[in-house]
Amino acid sequence: METGSPDETGIPGAELVWRGLQPALIRVRRLLVVVWTAVLAVAVGLPLGLLVGPVWAAFALAPLALGAWGWRLVERNWRSWRYTERADDLLISRGVLWREETVVPYGRMQLVEVTSGPVERRFGLAHVQLHTAAAATDATIPGLDPAEAERLRDRLTELGEARSAGL
Amino acid sequence: MTTPDHGDAVPAAEPAQTAQAAHAGHTAERAAVTERRLHPVTPFRRAWAPITVLAGWAVHDPNATQQQLERLTTTVLLLGLAVLVPVAGLYGFLSWWFTHFAVTDTELRIRTGLLFRRTAHIRLERIQAVDVSRPLLARVAGVAKLRIDVVGADDKDELAFLGEREARALRAELLARAAGFAPETAREVGEAPAHELLRVPPRALALSLALTGATWGAWCAAVVVPTVLWLTTHNLWTVLATALPLLGAAGASSAGRFAGEFDWKVGESPDGLRIDHGLLDRTHETVPPGRVQTVRIVEPLLWRRLGWVRVELDVAGSANSVLVPVAPRPVAESVVARVLPGVTVPQTLSRPPRRARWCVPVWWRGHRLAVTDTVFATRHGLLRRRLSLVPHAKVQSVRLSQGPWQRLWRLAEVHVDTGADKTVTARLRDAEEAARLLHAQAESSRTSRRDARPDRWMT
Repeated sequence: METGSPDETGIPGAELVWRGLQPALIRVRRLLVVVWTAVLAVAVGLPLGLLVGPVWAAFALAPLALGAWGWRLVERNWRSWRYTERADDLLISRGVLWREETVVPYGRMQLVEVTSGPVERRFGLAHVQLHTAAAATDATIPGLDPAEAERLRDRLTELGEARSAGL
Repeated sequence: MTTPDHGDAVPAAEPAQTAQAAHAGHTAERAAVTERRLHPVTPFRRAWAPITVLAGWAVHDPNATQQQLERLTTTVLLLGLAVLVPVAGLYGFLSWWFTHFAVTDTELRIRTGLLFRRTAHIRLERIQAVDVSRPLLARVAGVAKLRIDVVGADDKDELAFLGEREARALRAELLARAAGFAPETAREVGEAPAHELLRVPPRALALSLALTGATWGAWCAAVVVPTVLWLTTHNLWTVLATALPLLGAAGASSAGRFAGEFDWKVGESPDGLRIDHGLLDRTHETVPPGRVQTVRIVEPLLWRRLGWVRVELDVAGSANSVLVPVAPRPVAESVVARVLPGVTVPQTLSRPPRRARWCVPVWWRGHRLAVTDTVFATRHGLLRRRLSLVPHAKVQSVRLSQGPWQRLWRLAEVHVDTGADKTVTARLRDAEEAARLLHAQAESSRTSRRDARPDRWMT
């Protein structure tokens, strides 16, 4: 059910250009899934296999199944992420099971942060985080191309300055 | 607002309004700005600290204390005092001597610290509230504390202590400058005249506390728990160790609250809202116009028959959150209308759809919502109703969220975040309605931000 997505409800802004994330993010996240699955499978299978009996090592299949599920989930989640710059605010929509849509007016932005960890850098990714005076505002866009992240940061700062409002 | 600026000498968590002074510029400017010191009584305010430490140690370990005390001779005691008193006195004196403050056209500057120098510059147009508080002992000594609430301010930024008259004059000056009066006239403008909106009679306050479930709960716990412990263990120390904190909590929730909220006055002046209260410790708070982020009208079950409500407010960076401890509903609503200009408290709130009972059984009826052209209002709670109001202009961001179970029932939540770090949530709304709400809220916040009053409210 597509409740809440603007293109179905006839809400102003339906004609907006939505942008997605870089496919490299799927690779990063899948890598994480694989690493964690392997670690968990070994942690479960090895002690059971050695101490209780080789048959019990089959329990290591549980993390593997979870990993396989996670493998698929990563792509679904990646597909759900999108953001758009409207005239006065930034709209971020994300999540498959837990859907969340965030509207942050440019004038309310206190700080725009572009960060890129070692793994992210290796895959040519960066993420942008927006802060407002409310700590609950949870506006992060992961998996952006560094150039796009910088463009977004500059544009958001520029728009934020033009529309700046106090508390 | 500016972005947090990580100066070298300032701890990284230092807020935006307090930044390390540029030393070169500072020395050049210093001549123009008259720096003042705090009241000479200030060094004595920490006089009780060593005594508390000793008392705490004595309570913590009574046997060892007794042994130590027996070993002490008069000479040792006198020697100890002869060292301790001058050292403490010197420390108090030096920390007072090295604390300066100055009011410039745009900032309040506080310089402090003997070993670790700290300079806080508080921008006046960012003032969210000004509190003058006079604890009991300070009232005896004729001094007062002045605290400027800005986002991210901490306890170090309060001016303690100032002479009572000086504190008043300084508050008037700060407010006048913050309001945007010309720098030359700011000092002469004086205190803006206030007129009283509401005064809580002591009888009503006492009755309201007697009708609060928490008060009775605390007293019951304070009586029942030690009794049960005594019957089961017969150990005096265990009973005392549990009874004292419980009695303390019970006292704080009844007598302490009565003393704190005694003679509660709400007044209105061109400088904003004035809230004065307290029996032993008096507090005078001033909230300039346009600083209130959210207002909550709380209606406990037992007060409903009397038609009484409690009104709470959130101001960014301010510790106080009570606007009216108890008042009849119409009076409280008229106060709210003055605090949030142009806002009327919505009387009819819409319910969630019936299917919401599958998400939140029974309590789903308590979740209500109303959006007028000035506020976003939600109510929750069945027994203790809490109605939260957020003016559209105070919305920092809007979020819609929906979990898998809610999606099954086509329901969603809309969160409205405000600058006082409070989020007001409209729960259990129809999904389509929530989506419309999200966009309508973004739109109305944008339009009302445009005609919000300026930070300097007299300009």
